[in-house]
Amino acid sequence: MSITLSEAGQQWEEAATSHLLAPGELDLSHKVILYLEDISVSFDGFKALNKLTLTIDAGELRCIIGPNGAGKTTMMDVITGKTRPDSGTAFFGQTLDLTRMREPEIADAGIGRKFQKPTIFENHSVFENLELAMKTDKRVRHSLFSEIDDATLDRISDTLKLIRLAPDADRSAGRLSHGQKQWLEIGMLLMQEPRLLLLDEPVAGMTDDETERTGELFRSLAGRHTLIVVEHDMAFIEQLGGKVTVLHEGSVLAEGGLATIQADPRVIEVYLGR
Amino acid sequence: MTTPVLLRFLEATPKKGWLAIACLSAVIATMLALHLFTPDGSALHVSDYAITVGGKIMCYAIVAVAMDLIWGYAGILSLGHGVFFALGGYAFGMYLMRGIGHDGVYQTSLPDFMVFLDWKQLPWYWSGSDHFLWAVLMVLVVPALLALVFGYFAFRSRIKGVYFSIITQAMTYAFMLLFFRNETGFGGNNGFTDFKRILGYDITTPGMRVTLFAATAATLLATLLLGRYLMTSKFGRVLTAIRDAESRVMFIGYNPLGYKLFIWTLSAMLCAVAGALYVPQVGIINPSEMSPANSIEIAIWVAVGGRGTLIGPVFGAFLVNLAKSWFTVAFPEYWLFFLGLLFILVTLFLPQGLVGLWRRLKGGAA
Repeated sequence: MSITLSEAGQQWEEAATSHLLAPGELDLSHKVILYLEDISVSFDGFKALNKLTLTIDAGELRCIIGPNGAGKTTMMDVITGKTRPDSGTAFFGQTLDLTRMREPEIADAGIGRKFQKPTIFENHSVFENLELAMKTDKRVRHSLFSEIDDATLDRISDTLKLIRLAPDADRSAGRLSHGQKQWLEIGMLLMQEPRLLLLDEPVAGMTDDETERTGELFRSLAGRHTLIVVEHDMAFIEQLGGKVTVLHEGSVLAEGGLATIQADPRVIEVYLGR
Repeated sequence: MTTPVLLRFLEATPKKGWLAIACLSAVIATMLALHLFTPDGSALHVSDYAITVGGKIMCYAIVAVAMDLIWGYAGILSLGHGVFFALGGYAFGMYLMRGIGHDGVYQTSLPDFMVFLDWKQLPWYWSGSDHFLWAVLMVLVVPALLALVFGYFAFRSRIKGVYFSIITQAMTYAFMLLFFRNETGFGGNNGFTDFKRILGYDITTPGMRVTLFAATAATLLATLLLGRYLMTSKFGRVLTAIRDAESRVMFIGYNPLGYKLFIWTLSAMLCAVAGALYVPQVGIINPSEMSPANSIEIAIWVAVGGRGTLIGPVFGAFLVNLAKSWFTVAFPEYWLFFLGLLFILVTLFLPQGLVGLWRRLKGGAA
């Protein structure tokens, strides 16, 4: 039996994307979800990233630390397409070249980002925030005539429970507490069914109690999703328990478990100064 | 089962919204009834003049709602909306000019100003303008095309805020200069006037006056309902999200370009329809409609009434224009100063306009 060229292309496409749809699968040749290789970015002569090389496995919960100006935010900008690298390659899975994609395309491919400052839609209700974030056809025509169906309602109410905001669904998001806003933003990320989550200082400004619950949430998400967490809070990083990468002057200084990192003399030097 | 679009729309519109629309319809219907069914001398009689002024202000109200769709809901301040209004007016004015036929001063088939310029035949872009349906099509298509092209380049380059406002000002100014030229073929600074008939009916009869008034009222109500539908749909929620945090909207996978272009083009088309209704009621269209000051005035109507509310701009258009009618008679020198002062005061003390004030009063001190 013969197949047409377009069918073959379609099958190939399905095969190529299937490992992205199930990142937790133990296919060792494809288990890496993010490759950054020799990425350099400079702003007016200042090298924000200097030949940064980093790989993240699917389903990982990775923490990134580093002093101010180490390039953490710039790295996230490169991954999400906000900043184009001067040189180097960035691949999402085996096939998607992030340096050639525009921001909405990258978001659509499954990379979600949470900013340092919670950026939610303050004038919209909690429910509407999640509705807007949901993975669906996002073109104008669909938005003009779309309905909220039962499947959507279920997805939204599941997420509301997960981020503990079910009682606040109809409140306007601007009235939430700081910690709740952070959760709402995480909920919005989850509505996009992302494969890779970038979280920039997710527990900054949270109470200890909120921080701990956030840690629980992240640990439950790892495996199904891949998480990259940029944090300063060492206690929180310890609670998360994943691999830690230390960035310094735009490249990777050290990588490993938290205990190993904290014993590394180079890391101590960078953090404590000479 | 999902709720049908129409049902969801009916449910999503708050009671107050329907009440406001019902009140507006009642006022318009009462005006018409009093005009038609009371004798001329009666104290309750609504005069011909009031009907004409009412129709004219309703055209402005349509423009105000169109402006609000783009400014209040999408956060894009256009200071050149007058150009779309005027283009709609000109497109329909061409039909009205052709309708004069041989009844002009020079009694030829050409419009008078062309005879004056010693033109022997109609320029190519006037062809078809003697057909009513063609004119209606042009009213919709020409401003939409301009808006689409202009909007595409502006929004694709992510031009926003004050820069966008300045460019729209420049656009309407450029069009005004273009239309002032006699060679452009639209009557130069005199524009079009001295219209005789629409679809063969005399334009000056009381029946025509009432018909135009009713058509304008219907268009205004339809515009409000369309706005209500858009803003209760997901489209409206995405649009206000773009207004509040555009980069965030992009991060969750929406491309703002399509959303902005859609509402921008729709807004331009609504303005154009208002312009087409305005010209036969006022009896003249000239390039001064494209002056930057006119477009700024549109923004003031919206600001006074209340941005981001649909009924607010209608009130704003009525109040400011009634004030203008009175002011330009009583203190003609000071109208522009008053208008500027009004804008500053509203911006400083009533960011939500009169509708916001009403809500604050009803909600108590909070």
